[in-house]
Amino acid sequence: MFRDSGHLIRPALVFLAGLGMFLVIRAAVVPKHFGQYGHYRPGALDLVRQRPIAYAGQDTCVMCHDDVGKTRAAGKHAHVACEGCHGPLAKHADDPAALTPKLPDVATLCVRCHEKDAAKPKNFPQVVSAEHSGGALCNSCHQPHSPQL
Amino acid sequence: MDIDRRDLFKIGGKLLVLASIGATLEQLTGSEPPSDAYKMADHWWGMIIDIDKCIGCGNCVRACSNENSVPDGYFRTWVERYQIEESGQPHVDSPDGAMHGFPLPTRADLKSFFVPKLCNHCADSPCVQVCPVGATFVSPDGVVLVDETYCLGCRYCVQACPYGCRYLHPEKNTVDKCTLCYHRITKGLTTACCENCPTQARQLVDFKNPKDPVHAFLRENKVEVLKPYMATRAKVYYKDLDGAVR
Repeated sequence: MFRDSGHLIRPALVFLAGLGMFLVIRAAVVPKHFGQYGHYRPGALDLVRQRPIAYAGQDTCVMCHDDVGKTRAAGKHAHVACEGCHGPLAKHADDPAALTPKLPDVATLCVRCHEKDAAKPKNFPQVVSAEHSGGALCNSCHQPHSPQL
Repeated sequence: MDIDRRDLFKIGGKLLVLASIGATLEQLTGSEPPSDAYKMADHWWGMIIDIDKCIGCGNCVRACSNENSVPDGYFRTWVERYQIEESGQPHVDSPDGAMHGFPLPTRADLKSFFVPKLCNHCADSPCVQVCPVGATFVSPDGVVLVDETYCLGCRYCVQACPYGCRYLHPEKNTVDKCTLCYHRITKGLTTACCENCPTQARQLVDFKNPKDPVHAFLRENKVEVLKPYMATRAKVYYKDLDGAVR
């Protein structure tokens, strides 16, 4: 052994203790599986996926309401989703008694799509509602599920 | 405060014990990675938007708001109405994000169209690059997400996003954004906005699915992403996008 080798051993011990402390603290503060897919916590993916669903989706609606589904599929609104007008109804799909859908307000619903606006595609059916109906509700002439006169 | 070496070591020792207890607890209670039913490696999500089909009804905005409990006055998706003069000067409006549609246009002599906007789910996302804590990331299936348990609310990402798609949630005080309805698409559903779009102006697409209509869409149409010069590798493709749109 060198003379005065204690001068080397003691700093080495301090260094090792520091390293050990670093490793322990690192293990404590870095989340489990961090870095598995990238520089983030993979558990976050599950967290985002746990959100409840509000819109049940087309296929679910027509499972029960196949009569309306067929009427609609034959008309101009074939590609308009049920919940697009009737609102989010996943709760109703889970348990029909839990949530009763409300009838949409025709006075505001139809014109959102069909009020004339130069920004809309030229081939999309549009009217100036005030001139077109004279205040009458759209569904007094048109069937919303198959909108033919 | 006087502190000698012995005390220092005692404090250090106590800290070590506490830290190791913490580490053990984290190992025991830490969350697991996602389950295997849905294979992330098999998907690469994006969206295609056909400007010529958008009627500015705002169904997507309302659907997103309902599906994701978006706070009032904030938007994960919104629709802009562009009205462009012959000189190229654009006038853009988006009242309440088009939540209730649009009022009648004031002038009829302008070139006008609607542009739905949302997070572009960039593959090289500036928001991800600036996050100091790894709280925002691109998932293995190509969706830019926020880990709200790790977000500090520093807003670096809000500033970094070239598309203005992020906001600080007023109650959670963490950053919130479009998740491409990750909770829906991982269960085989489409996003709330695409589900409720009456004209199919917007469609969720999976680039890794060889049968997905996106491949024909990209091959047959003139498409563009927003701000291509930002080199973010955005994955929301617009058909017939006008040069005035930013």
